[in-house]
Amino acid sequence: MSIALGERQQEMTLLQKLRNVNWLLVLLICVTASYGFAMLYSAAGGSVDPWVTRQSARFGMGLAMMLFVAMVDLRFWMRIAYPFYGLALCLLIAVDVIGTIGGGAQRWLSLGFVSLQPSELMKVALILTLARYYHGLTPEDVGRLRYLFQPFLLMLMPVGLVVIQPDLGTAILLLMGGLTVMLLAGVRWWVFGTLAAGALAAMPVFWANLRDYQKDRVFTFLNPERDPLGTGYHIMQSKIALGSGGVWGKGFMQGTQSHLNFLPEKQTDFIFTTLAEEMGMVGGLLLIALYIGILILGFAIALRARHTFGRLLAGGLITVFFVYLFINIAMVMGLLPVVGVPLPLISYGGSAMVTILLGFGFILSVYVHRDLQIPKRPGGDPF
Amino acid sequence: MKRDAAHQRLFTRRALFVGVSQVVLVSALVARMYDLQVVQSDQYKVLADENRINLRLLPPPRGRILDRNGVEIATNKQNYRAVLIAEQTKSVERTLESLGKVIPITSYERSKIMRDVSRNRSFVPVTVAENLSWDQFAAINVNSPDLPGLQPEIGETRHYPLGDAMSHVVGYVAAVAEADIGEDPMLQLPGFRIGKSGIERIQDKELRGKAGVSRVEVNAFGRVIRELTRRDGQPGEDVTITLDAELQKFAVARLAGESGAVVVMDVRNGDVLTLASTPGFDPLPFNVGLNQRQWQELTRDPRNPLVNKALSGQFPPGSTFKMMVAIAALELGLTRDHSVFCNGALDFGSHTFHCWKKHGHGNLTMAAAMEHSCDIYFYDVARRVGIDKISEIGNRFGLGKPTGIGLAAEKAGVMPTRDWKLATMGESWQQGETLIAGIGQGFVLTTPLQLAVMAARLASGHAVKPRLMHPRKGEPVPEIPPIAVSPAALAVAREGMYRVSNSPSGTAYRARITGDPDFLIAGKTGTSQVRRITRYERETRVLKNEELPWVERDHAVFVAFAPYNDPRYAISVLVEHGGGGSAVAAPIARDVLKELRRLEKLPRQPARPMAADHPSGTTRG
Repeated sequence: MSIALGERQQEMTLLQKLRNVNWLLVLLICVTASYGFAMLYSAAGGSVDPWVTRQSARFGMGLAMMLFVAMVDLRFWMRIAYPFYGLALCLLIAVDVIGTIGGGAQRWLSLGFVSLQPSELMKVALILTLARYYHGLTPEDVGRLRYLFQPFLLMLMPVGLVVIQPDLGTAILLLMGGLTVMLLAGVRWWVFGTLAAGALAAMPVFWANLRDYQKDRVFTFLNPERDPLGTGYHIMQSKIALGSGGVWGKGFMQGTQSHLNFLPEKQTDFIFTTLAEEMGMVGGLLLIALYIGILILGFAIALRARHTFGRLLAGGLITVFFVYLFINIAMVMGLLPVVGVPLPLISYGGSAMVTILLGFGFILSVYVHRDLQIPKRPGGDPF
Repeated sequence: MKRDAAHQRLFTRRALFVGVSQVVLVSALVARMYDLQVVQSDQYKVLADENRINLRLLPPPRGRILDRNGVEIATNKQNYRAVLIAEQTKSVERTLESLGKVIPITSYERSKIMRDVSRNRSFVPVTVAENLSWDQFAAINVNSPDLPGLQPEIGETRHYPLGDAMSHVVGYVAAVAEADIGEDPMLQLPGFRIGKSGIERIQDKELRGKAGVSRVEVNAFGRVIRELTRRDGQPGEDVTITLDAELQKFAVARLAGESGAVVVMDVRNGDVLTLASTPGFDPLPFNVGLNQRQWQELTRDPRNPLVNKALSGQFPPGSTFKMMVAIAALELGLTRDHSVFCNGALDFGSHTFHCWKKHGHGNLTMAAAMEHSCDIYFYDVARRVGIDKISEIGNRFGLGKPTGIGLAAEKAGVMPTRDWKLATMGESWQQGETLIAGIGQGFVLTTPLQLAVMAARLASGHAVKPRLMHPRKGEPVPEIPPIAVSPAALAVAREGMYRVSNSPSGTAYRARITGDPDFLIAGKTGTSQVRRITRYERETRVLKNEELPWVERDHAVFVAFAPYNDPRYAISVLVEHGGGGSAVAAPIARDVLKELRRLEKLPRQPARPMAADHPSGTTRG
């Protein structure tokens, strides 16, 4: 029976695929993004310019891209996983090299007509690649030491490259996403235990290599009142905005902290603050509820998939989504130091939006092709 | 298949672990939200309001200073000015260039404006021009389309309609100094002015009023978004002083060209009607800030325009002091019939003391000695009475100590005693010095105000004190105690003074008031010598004042009260290096008293209440 079903799924018409899309997830994504548009409208002082128009156009294009990705056969994505990763890695090296020549931090690659942020591509490419890699391993192999080397290399190369950019936020996202895929793939617990112990031991070295502004952010995080006019200002004002919002908020478009410009980056990284000031804890919880809905659907898709690649891909990508939202919200509430991580689907900005929707495209593709039968080693070793 | 199922179970377990971890982390977020938005919410609401709400002080209009008849001595004038708001123009330089075609702007002012603009945020108004004439102000308004960013404004500035005639009494306002900043936050407002001298200073609290408060919403850059609430302040109170502005103006005009002082007092209550000192100064430059040249001109002038000579100038009273000597003698038991023969000189010890009249007055009794202002008579009497008694009487008449008029610059003068000289100079008193003091010379020093007080006490027989602040309605009239001198002694002094002005041989006969029998003057001339007359000069010819350099000429002094029968006014006149008391000071006193008499008969308006149309919260220039 299952074979028959699997065989039916091997080849699907476009209509069948469309019917197979998890439209509830698409709906939740649209509702969440619309919530974001409303906040951008408020942050602009009651105007669709300059943010809502651009953001909704990007969202529309991203949505189309997401559905396109969902329609494409998952086996195709699996086939191009390694080349995709290789391309992203080359581009990362390219921005670092150009940045070194040009002097100063460099995250963008100008292609003349469009600027590309390779670190965004890498967030998806890494998950894709690791899922592809573990799909080809037997459960016994996963536990073996020699099969740890390659995934770590795959993960640490891009992490290293973004750290020197420096882009701490992306590095954390890559690390957390990659480690989650390994965890889901069944890598032994002791590996993670050793990693945690090693990370603790490496703390002083890591600290010594942080840039001054990064150290400053950590100090500020530990004690925001240390420098209320300098780096502590952002987090102080953010907490004031949240706290003064109270349970019910000051009302849509009534946020004093955001509208009087006490809030930094009110439309990008700190938009959750704008939201929680105006909509209160109720509005904040509503957003978190939407996120939880998306997360549940993501995990459900991962559990529902009948192939390792799909499970790991969906599980890894949904975790990346979670890391985004967690770091951002924790940061604006003063629970984490300030790192440049946007609030997914809400913050103004094109790169993150494309990355997130691309990721959901893969998740949806996993759902559409959930019953596909994918052989163990169609592509083989990445190296 | 079996391996696959095991693999799936492993995945499910691991996914569950990841999912549960995420639930835990999200719970932490929710807990933090609860902490911030519920538990600590009130505290953060306060902080948010502190962020966005600013209190702005609205300085009230300063109270006016009025004379006894309601004439404005200090008031507020509209100050036409122009401010520039940089963000409202594309090019500050171009706006200034266009403005230069409408009103003159020096390159120095221009660079100062550019500096102010660069130092402030672009929405902060920067003052471009102040104290514009109405024509200039109108021209800016007409040309406003060519002057983007420029805003004409009407502020308020302190105005003294009577200028230098009142400057010593009224004082002036100026920018707040660091040391002045106390509890009143209004003093920290930029451009705020406080009283720095005179009435402006001693009545500053009343004149200042209470600041209003405007609660405004501001953004993170300090720009005002809107006004939330406004509480108007309390305008400064009007202060009425006892001076008569008309009489003061007359006295200043009468003293014109001289360095001197005129004090007129009401002997019945101590009201100071005139407290004139010349030369005066223009109080306005102090408000905007003096430049170096103006300051040096004021401080280097030998006639000391900044000094109020009426109460800070200490001069030997000369013969006007003779009443004190006479009263001291009468109090000690000498009679009014005590007579002395004056032959023009008196040998005492190794010195010869001269009378102003070279060949002497002959035999004189006390009142006649005053009438002629004979020096020999008072040398003799002073020698008999002794310096301590003379000074004690002087003290009773208000000499040798501040009168307590309330102005900070007041000086005490000197009533010398034996102890005083020992204490201040470490030398013992010489008998000859008593003789010199007997004619109001030597160590004796008085201020014109003290002399007016002395005249007022002689006239009234009461210990009158000078009063500058006009009593408010319903304020109890203070009881003035009689002076501790026998009426008989006072009568002799008054009679002497009457004869000075009304006896044909009196020294002030020529400066009497004629044709007004109800307003007869009783006065006393004084000519206080500044230089020592040499023996050679005595033997040949004493140089006349006109032949001497200004600083060596005598001070001309005159004290009087009027009318003689029912005294109402006391006056003292001092002309520094002005010459003889009878020739210079007495005519001034006569003219001032005549003007006083004229004004007395004029119908005067009662004091006007403060105009109600003063806008509150206007800025000050």
